[in-house]
Amino acid sequence: MSRRVTFGGRLIDRHQTMPFVFDGERMCGHPGDTLASALLANGIRLVGRSFKYHRPRGVFAAGIEEPNALVTVGEGPRATPNLRATVVPLVPDLAARSQNRWPSLGFDLGAVADLAARFLPAGFYYKTFMWPRWAWEKIYEPLIRRAAGLGPAPAAPDPDHYEQIHVEVDVLVAGGGVAGLMAAETAARAGARVLVMEAAAHWGGRAPVEGEEIDGRPAEIWVEETLARLTASDKVTVRSRSLVAGVYDHGHVVAVETLDRPLAGGSLDGAVLRQRLWHIRARRIVNACGAIERPLVFPGNDRPGVMLASAVRDHLINWGVAPLERPVILTVNDEGYHTAELLLEAGIAVAALVDLRPKGAGALERALRARGVRVILGAGVTATHGRKGVKGVTIGRVKTGETLTRLACDGVAMAGGWSPSVHLWSHAGGKLLWDEAAQLFRPDPTRPPRGGDGAPLVIAAGAAAGDLEIGAALAGGRAAGLEAAEALGLERPDMPLPASRGRPAGTRSGDWVVPRRAKAAQKERMFVDLQNDVKLADLELAVREGYESVEHAKRYTTWGMATDQAKTSGINGLAALSLARGAPIPAIGTTTFRPPFAPVTFGAIAGLARGPLFKPLRKTAIDGWHEAAGAVWENVADWRRPFSYPRKGETREEAAAREVLAVRQKVGMLDASTLGKILVKGPDAGRFLDMLYINTMSTLPVGRCRYGVMLNEQGFVIDDGVVVRLAEDSFLCHTTTGGAGHVHGWMEEWLQTEWWDWQVFTLDQTEAFAQIAVAGPKAREVLVALGVKGADISPEGLPFMHSCAAEIAGIPGRIHRISFSGELSFELAVPADRGLELWEKLAEVGAPFGITPYGTEAMHILRAEKGYIIVGDETDGTVTPHDLGLGRMISKKKTDFIGKRGLERPFLRRADRWRLVGLEPVDGQTLLPVGAHATDHGINMFGQRRAIGRVTTSHFSPTLGRPIALGLVERGPERLGEEIDFLTTEGETIRARIVDPVFHDREGRRLHG
Amino acid sequence: MLRLTCPHCGITAEETELRPGGEAHLERAGPGASDEGFEAWLFARKNPMGVHFERWRHLYGCGKWFIAARHTVTLEVFGTYPAQTKAPPADLVERIRARLSARGGQAEPGAGAGDGEGGKA
Ligand SMILES: [Zn+2]
Repeated sequence: MSRRVTFGGRLIDRHQTMPFVFDGERMCGHPGDTLASALLANGIRLVGRSFKYHRPRGVFAAGIEEPNALVTVGEGPRATPNLRATVVPLVPDLAARSQNRWPSLGFDLGAVADLAARFLPAGFYYKTFMWPRWAWEKIYEPLIRRAAGLGPAPAAPDPDHYEQIHVEVDVLVAGGGVAGLMAAETAARAGARVLVMEAAAHWGGRAPVEGEEIDGRPAEIWVEETLARLTASDKVTVRSRSLVAGVYDHGHVVAVETLDRPLAGGSLDGAVLRQRLWHIRARRIVNACGAIERPLVFPGNDRPGVMLASAVRDHLINWGVAPLERPVILTVNDEGYHTAELLLEAGIAVAALVDLRPKGAGALERALRARGVRVILGAGVTATHGRKGVKGVTIGRVKTGETLTRLACDGVAMAGGWSPSVHLWSHAGGKLLWDEAAQLFRPDPTRPPRGGDGAPLVIAAGAAAGDLEIGAALAGGRAAGLEAAEALGLERPDMPLPASRGRPAGTRSGDWVVPRRAKAAQKERMFVDLQNDVKLADLELAVREGYESVEHAKRYTTWGMATDQAKTSGINGLAALSLARGAPIPAIGTTTFRPPFAPVTFGAIAGLARGPLFKPLRKTAIDGWHEAAGAVWENVADWRRPFSYPRKGETREEAAAREVLAVRQKVGMLDASTLGKILVKGPDAGRFLDMLYINTMSTLPVGRCRYGVMLNEQGFVIDDGVVVRLAEDSFLCHTTTGGAGHVHGWMEEWLQTEWWDWQVFTLDQTEAFAQIAVAGPKAREVLVALGVKGADISPEGLPFMHSCAAEIAGIPGRIHRISFSGELSFELAVPADRGLELWEKLAEVGAPFGITPYGTEAMHILRAEKGYIIVGDETDGTVTPHDLGLGRMISKKKTDFIGKRGLERPFLRRADRWRLVGLEPVDGQTLLPVGAHATDHGINMFGQRRAIGRVTTSHFSPTLGRPIALGLVERGPERLGEEIDFLTTEGETIRARIVDPVFHDREGRRLHG
Repeated sequence: MLRLTCPHCGITAEETELRPGGEAHLERAGPGASDEGFEAWLFARKNPMGVHFERWRHLYGCGKWFIAARHTVTLEVFGTYPAQTKAPPADLVERIRARLSARGGQAEPGAGAGDGEGGKA
């Protein structure tokens, strides 16, 4: 059983205890513990169930690479799943629970999957759950989701706070080990602004654990002193518990700092500032993230008790915990011997040291034997025994697997060599080279990731560069600092390299997989990727089935995917593929390392962009009045607009119907401020608009309005609106509510990139003016009562489609006689800051005339009754002016306009295109669903019924007292009076008659009134 | 996230402040264009592994369009210039040639001979 020992414990405070809860059981640890070290100190060995087979798993590592001990920390909305217990700092009353088990960790029904493991091989999902298609959604997926997976996502919003910060630095150093600290100090001494980030809560990386010396003193002291100097420097920012998660294009780096800090000013609900996401722009990045020890692949290598030798040393020295009490040490290099020495020093028994190398380790080996430790050479572990944890192992020959002996033990400490953490190097495109002697991939300095200036962006240092010895790591850190300084044009600083003493790396075995000739049954228990439950057998199957490429095998088996990102599994997977394909590892290649290096919470990514801050909401100058009047809202593009103004007891639809009738019978007022209003001005303005619209604008007389339609180059409608000629050289272009930004951008694009010699300015004035439509038979009477000066608004003075400047109720503005309702209508435009004033006056003087505010729904119904199109309803990016019955608007005289050549394409002129028509349900009462398709007899090439049209707009018309609709129908205008069938999603059929799209006042008498 | 310097206002802008506009120096095919010419204008775009001339708009800044010469593999930016031109500036093309040959041309995929001719250089 694992336990706390008196040996070691440099990071914990033994004088204080700290209570915490795991799976409902109360336990105690010390300040400075991680959740993993505290669990091990309490003898907890089983901490989770594996992803796919629900096999029991224990703490495996001591850092971010932990593949097994994934836990959920916190309760309710604060619960964070899939945290690595090895990097969760213990805090008072921390509540954690194990994952992926039901009903309990000790007794897990899902473990049946393990018994059926040979029926659940790689690619099983792809092969089994293919057919029938409906069953995927209804049966397979929910089943798989429950059986396999990680912790559940919390169901309620996270009450804690997250923030984001943007910084620019000269040099970012990722990793606070001796190489990183050396690089940081060197660069800072040259005058660079440096940011140093360390993922762990403590500094110095492995050097203090390995008992190495710098300047004749323990490395720990050098680390403390260097850190103190860096912290004191105003050139350097130092952050621990800060994970550099990803390196992106041009030196954009994302890092996550965990704070768990009370909010400034306190909080009522106990909310804390959880994390801070850093967006860093670094001119140079030093990757000094160290290396990850490599597990070995042998049968039963996933049982609780099997762990990395480095993790055994870390737990002993850092946290005073013996994770194992009588381990077998399995090693490919000299590090197993050092681990054994350390355990003996701490008073812990070693069952045996098993060295894969036939020649052993010379003096180290003799010393260990002299202390009574059994040493077995040229052998490995060929089986582990014990149900929920290792109770014994079988030792066999590396090549053949021939059994040598069986030993009682409580675990296996594996020293499998090291894999440099090249992730940050690789994220932005750095390439790797295979170091045959050290048997590892290291960054290839001749093929670095490059920045926008074309120069190397990332510099690797220390173990992350493959320099595993302390002297080389310090020298590499110094060289990285110098390289960064030089690249920044800084003078080379005087930076002495301190003397150091550590352990030589020694030789290592080229074997990872024991036995090399494993039997099929053994391969089913030889785990390559613990987090994703990928076994040697799976990778072999992938190769057998043709997924030989490393990227294919990865996806077929899920090896190294998701949050693991090939930390403990990478090189072993390559070794497995190498064996299966009979090719050397460098010929296999590596998979792509993707950010993030370790998982990042959604809270940190979202930061403050939640709720109302997620996206700005645009409001008109009159918004407050609408709100006070009880408007129900509709979001249109980024705006919120009143849908209707329900009175007590009215539904929103009933209110809209009342508003429609008020406009038709009396008068209504609409806040039309959201309409795009773009000023186009200059000597070439008319010529420019002639290119932009299908019709001619240059011939429009001053003070007149013209409805215009805009196409893209393909000939499809993209926007429409009324153009007003304000003066000889200036036009006001109205756009759709959602289109203002796009249309303004569209204009600028053409002016700047195609016709840059034309003299035209554009200005988006949408927010500068409030615009109010006063529509209905009594509209003119209301305007007279309101008081209009400087303009004649009589039918002769201001006819339909005319516009004039005027003083409206004392406010300077313009009156456009344009109509989207089919009624007598004036649109009043005044400066936005006086919009509310005008609206309130209108409501006041209009009251005797029965003026009624109306919303977007009434506006939509009014226009539908008139057969007016809305871009985005009647059009979807594949509809031409001809399809909409607007072909006659197209100027025949213009030699060119945007979309003219596109419209000439023959298929856009075919007679059988879907064209705009009105639709009336034959029964006079059923509302056609928008989007419903009409079908014809026969089937198409896909065996589907042939669609011949669809409904684009559908309303109950209060004016006509029956449902009406608009739609696009094959040869529609040629088929007036015909009846066609529309299908609903419920499978019902609604018969409708094809009619003219103008349902109301076809002659337009009311409009011109 | 790329970073490009706007040649109009001099601001070095984040990619999120910019709007991409695709391949630069295309010749518009209007009325009278052949089917092939019109198709090329609408749809045919270069997608090189190497030097690319591409349009960007400093949307959340000065609003001006410019052109960036960028290596699509290494992401090296050789230069930016205003969009009001039909071809890249000669000195920029010269600089790109020099950079590529200094790199041996073969160090990165797509950086081989001929890629310096991107756009209509
Ligand atoms: Zn700019």
